[in-house]
Parts: sequence; C-alpha cells; structure tokens
Amino acid sequence: MQISRGVGNLVKIVPASDSSLLVVFGNAISPALHQRVMSLFHAFQSWQDPRIRNLHPGYASLLIDFDPLRLTHDELSSIVQQLAVASDSVVDTRANVVTIPVCYDIEFGSDLLDVAQHAGLSLDEVVRQHSSPTYLVYFLGFSPGFVYLGGLPEVLHAPRLATPRPSIAGGSVGIAGSQTGIYPVDSPGGWRLIGRTPVRMFDPEATPPTRLQPGDRMKFSPIDRATFEDMQRAAEAPLR
Amino acid sequence: MTIRVAKPGFFTTVQDLGRYGYAHLGISPAGAADPLSFRIANLLVGNDESVPALEMTLLGATLEFEESAIVALTGATCECKLGSASVPANTAFDLPAGAVLQCGSMTSGARCYLAVQGGFHIPLVMGSASTFVPGHFGGFKGRRLQSGDVLQVRQHGALRIRSLPTDSLDRLCAARLLRVTKGPQQDWFAPEAFEKLFSTAYIVSEQSDRTGLRLKGEVVRPREHSELLTDGIPLGAIQVPQDGQPIILFVDQQTTGGYPKIANVIAADVHRVGQLRPPDEVGLVEVSIAEAAQALGEQERWLREIFAL
Repeated sequence: MQISRGVGNLVKIVPASDSSLLVVFGNAISPALHQRVMSLFHAFQSWQDPRIRNLHPGYASLLIDFDPLRLTHDELSSIVQQLAVASDSVVDTRANVVTIPVCYDIEFGSDLLDVAQHAGLSLDEVVRQHSSPTYLVYFLGFSPGFVYLGGLPEVLHAPRLATPRPSIAGGSVGIAGSQTGIYPVDSPGGWRLIGRTPVRMFDPEATPPTRLQPGDRMKFSPIDRATFEDMQRAAEAPLR
Repeated sequence: MTIRVAKPGFFTTVQDLGRYGYAHLGISPAGAADPLSFRIANLLVGNDESVPALEMTLLGATLEFEESAIVALTGATCECKLGSASVPANTAFDLPAGAVLQCGSMTSGARCYLAVQGGFHIPLVMGSASTFVPGHFGGFKGRRLQSGDVLQVRQHGALRIRSLPTDSLDRLCAARLLRVTKGPQQDWFAPEAFEKLFSTAYIVSEQSDRTGLRLKGEVVRPREHSELLTDGIPLGAIQVPQDGQPIILFVDQQTTGGYPKIANVIAADVHRVGQLRPPDEVGLVEVSIAEAAQALGEQERWLREIFAL
C-alpha cells in the first residue's frame, strides 16, 4: 500500500512502516524546503496528540511515528494535510540565534593545519571563515544532541578522515565534506577536528536536554584557551 | 527492599517500554528489545505492564534478594535456579528472604526478562527508566549492571494470574520469520531485489546488538547508486548500505540515516527481533499495512484476554 497525495506543492506522504508516516517536501538541502519541514514539525509539537510518539525531521522530510493501535495512516494523513495547510502560511518569527563559543586551539583542532592547507588559507582565516556565518540547524540525529548544520563556507569543505578516530572528546568541532558540527559526547568519528566548545551540547538531566533545537540558527564564536578553561570549570565537564 | 547483583551476566540493563518524544533531539526510544515478553513479565507479578524490569542478554544474572519477593521470568529459554531447584518460566513465583536467583545461559532466544512485584525503583530520565547505553544515560547509572550494584524495589501490586496458559506459549516461542511492510524507499529497488529479500534466509551476524541486527545473505542493491537525503528512521527499518547486506535498525538505533530503507518489520513482530541471536537464520515475508494492523490488534487482544485487562 502506498498513499501518495499532494499537499500544496511537491509533498508526498508515504507509509514508512505500519506505525509511521513519512512526509517528503522535496529532494534538496535548502532553507526554503527546511522551513516547510519546520512548520509542520512545530504544528505537530503544538498539536500535542498523545497518539503521536515521535517526530523525526530530516533535511526535507518529517517522519511521524505513531501508535498504530490508536491511529491509522489515513487519519494521520488527513491531520498532516490540515496542519500543513494551516502552518504553511505561518512565518517562523523566532529569530533565535544561539552562540556557541569555540576554542580553535591546535591541541583541540588536531586537523586544523590540514584543513587550512586543503583550503589554502592561514589558520586565522580558517577561524574567521568558520565563525562568520549564521548556520541553520537542519535537524538533530546520529546521536543525542548531534546537529546537522547548513551554511559552511565552500572554501572550508574538506573530506572526512580516511580512518575514523576511535575516540573523540565531547565538544569537539569538526568538518566533513560540506558539513560542520559538534560531537556532543565522547565517541568515535571521522570528522576533521578544528576546535572544541566548553558548552555542554547534551545533558540528559536538563530541560531541554540539548543546547540546540531543530530550526535554530547558530554562530560559532572564537574564544582563547584561558576563556575555554574558565568556561569549562564553570560548567560541568562534558559528558564522558 | 533491595536486590544485589552478585553476577551481572553478559549484558543486563534496566528497561521499560521506551523513551518517546525526543527523536527530534537525536534520542532513540531504547526500551525493552522484546516488549511483549517484558509486558508479560510485569503482568504476571501484578505490576503495571510498563514499570522498569531487567533485560538480560544471552547469559543471565545472579541476584541476591534481601527480602522475600515475587518475580517472573519471560522471554528467552533460560536455565534459572534457586539453589538446586529449577525455577519455572512464565510463572510468578515466591522467593524467600535471602534467596539467590541464578539465571544461566539462554538456550533459545536472546533476551530474558525479570520482573519483580512492585517494580524497580529507577529515576526517570526524559520520562523513561530505559537504559540507553550508547548515550550513557537512563536506567541504572546509564550503564549495564555490574557486580555489587544494588537495585531498589518498590512494594506494591496484587497478582492477577500466576502463569501463562500453556497453549499460549506457542505464540511466544522464537519464530524465525519476520513480517515486513515495504519501506519508504521501495521505489529504489527492482522487483528482483524484493524477490531475493523475501525468498532467501538471512543469518544474524555477530555484529548485532540493540542498535541493529546485521544480516548476512543474498545481496540486495538499489537500481542505481544515488544519494539519499538523510531522513528519519522508524523502529525496525531494514536499511541497505552499499555492501547490499540488510540491517534491521532496532531500539537503540540512530534517529536519522542516509541509507535507503527497503522494508520495515511490523510492530507485532518487533518482539521477535528482540529474541534473534547470532547465528540464527531469519526469513522475511511481506505483508500489507492492513495485515500488519490486524496482526498487532490480534496480539493485543490475546494479551488483554489472558490478563483480563
């Protein structure tokens, strides 16, 4: 069975499983498509339907996980269409820009020199380029608190490491291809590391548990080593 | 009342029915890998079906009970002993104060559940007692149990029935067949790929755990190599990475991913996934969404009837 129905333009609604529905808005990474994902996501968050268990925004889609004993794909599909029509006209006015301080110290940024060489830039210029844009948080995934950011300047695009590191410290900031992001907790990984934030990106006891939410805008702000140490002492140590 | 862990077994964690509402922050539900056996264990001892209980994997734990308790073991077939006496499965039984319950190797199935009347007293993290080991949070200190851990038990509950009717056990025995619906990227695969997927047996590989089960068998590949924009992953999604060997994504899975999903295990069969172990053989069979809904409805009616819920 495959429901495929238009909502506004270019929307496809397909069952992803017997307990989830995938709403696809398009097939590109673009702020405009993402805005539509976020509109529907926020509409469902406000809707607060106990039959809906989880919402998974992606680059251009929203996966809705529901309780199949209490809701059917057809019923949910109708709700999606109502909410999509109602929310498409809503402009997101939350100009929330979160600043994440980063120490671009060579000790934290083990691959800073490689990235600079790859880009043909000085270290200072890499830092300037990385900390100048306002990034868009497309969604979180991979691990708790891991953000998928859009907006990395093209000059900084760099291939991921051929061999991933077995362990990367939580708070590490890295680059992989056209993406940049922050490892929220200690984990293995293949991104090229350029710095580290003293901010705890994920704290299971906090409300909300992650520093960034889907749809947020964020900036990296360079700090020196002394400021990093002060901030890290002030906050709790990142999750080990 | 407390229970002390004398030996933790291979991989024992505190679970409940999962942590929902946080997928958009990258947080997967975790929870019991075999939710049906988990619920039955709780119901047998008179608990609410969702209170925290222990999930033991492949080799069970040895537990010391400070006070008398009523417990039930469900799920995988596991040799459990109280001194020299065998302990029956799928039955609520009384343990005297000071009892040492030894749960041994699982001979069939992968996971055994131990519920205690009253339920384990575990602080909730994001609304759930489930342990999410990859993220080091939830359950007992965010990790699997170790020797010397002391678990608190609440004291409540009244028995409904003591044991499962024997004729109902067939439904729970390890079935090596998973019913699946076609996945959101089904168009990426040619009919021949589905023929292979549905007609051959796959082996559950050693690299399988609560995050996912890697299957070894016939290679299934998308028609052409193209990049999938990362999207959300439902529980039980069967994704196909570049090597063409399917992976069933499970309770501790990533919330998003970039590989095409060819099929998805139905909700009524998630409990079967939780009982698969290497090198079990497993077959996949296609059903419609309507058939999947019917199977789940039947399963729920069956459970409600037994426990008069």
